[in-house]
Amino acid sequence: MSAVRASEEAAVAEALASDGAAVIAALAAEDAHVPMSVGNLDTRIDRAWDVLTCVLDPEVPVVSVRDLGIVRDVRLDAERDGGLEVVLTPTYSGCPATEVIEASVCAALNDAGLGPVRVRMQRSPAWTTDWISADGRRKLREYGIAPPGPADPDAGIAMRFVPHRAATRLRCPRCDSLETERISAFGSTACKALHRCRACGEPFEHFKPI
Amino acid sequence: MQSSIEVSRQPAVRYLLRIGDTCLIQAQRLGEWCGHGPVLEEDIAMTNMALDLVGQARAVLTRAGALEAELGGTAHDEDQLAFLRDERDFLNLTIAELPRGDFAVTVLRNFALSTLLKLLWQRLLDSSDAELAAIAGKALKEARYHQQHAGDWVLRLGGGTEESQRRLRAAVDLLWPYLPEAFESDEVDDEAFASGLGPRCADLADAWHAEVAPVLDEAGVAPPAPRAFRSTGKKGVHSEHLGYILAEMQHLQRSHPGGVW
Repeated sequence: MSAVRASEEAAVAEALASDGAAVIAALAAEDAHVPMSVGNLDTRIDRAWDVLTCVLDPEVPVVSVRDLGIVRDVRLDAERDGGLEVVLTPTYSGCPATEVIEASVCAALNDAGLGPVRVRMQRSPAWTTDWISADGRRKLREYGIAPPGPADPDAGIAMRFVPHRAATRLRCPRCDSLETERISAFGSTACKALHRCRACGEPFEHFKPI
Repeated sequence: MQSSIEVSRQPAVRYLLRIGDTCLIQAQRLGEWCGHGPVLEEDIAMTNMALDLVGQARAVLTRAGALEAELGGTAHDEDQLAFLRDERDFLNLTIAELPRGDFAVTVLRNFALSTLLKLLWQRLLDSSDAELAAIAGKALKEARYHQQHAGDWVLRLGGGTEESQRRLRAAVDLLWPYLPEAFESDEVDDEAFASGLGPRCADLADAWHAEVAPVLDEAGVAPPAPRAFRSTGKKGVHSEHLGYILAEMQHLQRSHPGGVW
């Protein structure tokens, strides 16, 4: 779990640099130990969304779970215990980061004094890379990962098989050249493929559009 | 030693187990390539696909275990279903359990099964079971990518060297006799179709052939002539190979019940 800890610490550090007010407010709430009343529901939900801006993906630790579009909803379960219910959607069926993300989300919200917190996984509608925010795409590119293009709306209808993939025309995140090629359809995680730039000679990853 | 669970015999549960088990056993076979791929890229590709398939299997088995209780039986979780069932209670297609063979066998089986699963997930988007439809929405995107990768490789092996062509031909001869099982409907399918749970497997045959035949043709290999032989994995009667997979997969949970790490 040390990786989770480290990413949480990185998240807090980044949040203090960029969006410090929300985290400071959240930390202040934790100090006060004041239970949330029904009167400030919206505030509590808004603050939860702010905290989630700082929960980073464990495998691509520059984009938050919000940037990735995997947080589908945050709501209050008033009928049960007034707890926060965070609705997440998995990226890939077998993504091993899913459980770490669940734990990080719960820990961050509890640490901010917004608990009790429950995570509900919701598969439908299926996650698509189209839900990655513009900011998330910028962060991916700056991290050296070519962001996904639009997901193919006709996926599953027509498919063409070829013995060798031609040049991809994907933009190199390092030098912006379009002289790139795919060297592996699968990469270090389920969501990425491996490419190479023929202009600068560097390999780079591509976040696959799905 | 942890004893085996008794699984519901309800057709709807068996329908789901056929899907989940085919994904799970295919994942086990692909996972065997970890550290043994002919090139690093394919080592990573096969284990990535195995990971997707394990995820799909987990979701389907979880749903199957919940459905057992909904239909009046005992609920089981995904781990109980994966680790505490006997061989006869596994309902995967026999083709998934055949030894991994060489790279041509693996590529061709991937192509055959990912095409089949893609077509199945497409149909399951409209399942009357909302959870199964949701699983299908996710799995479809993954199966499509698997099919693309496997299909490209079939052409590459077919158009490669004499040796790759010879191995691809041998793979077709080995695997194709196990395919009729995938397209012959029975009472489990009929009931699933009637309730809106999912398609009969015979309904997928035409679409599957339409996608697979041109690729084999372009790769220069011809399927062997049809034979009377029928495999029966989806009815729980398996080849001699499944027991070895289960022995390896289940050993830890059988010997150390509930063990986690």
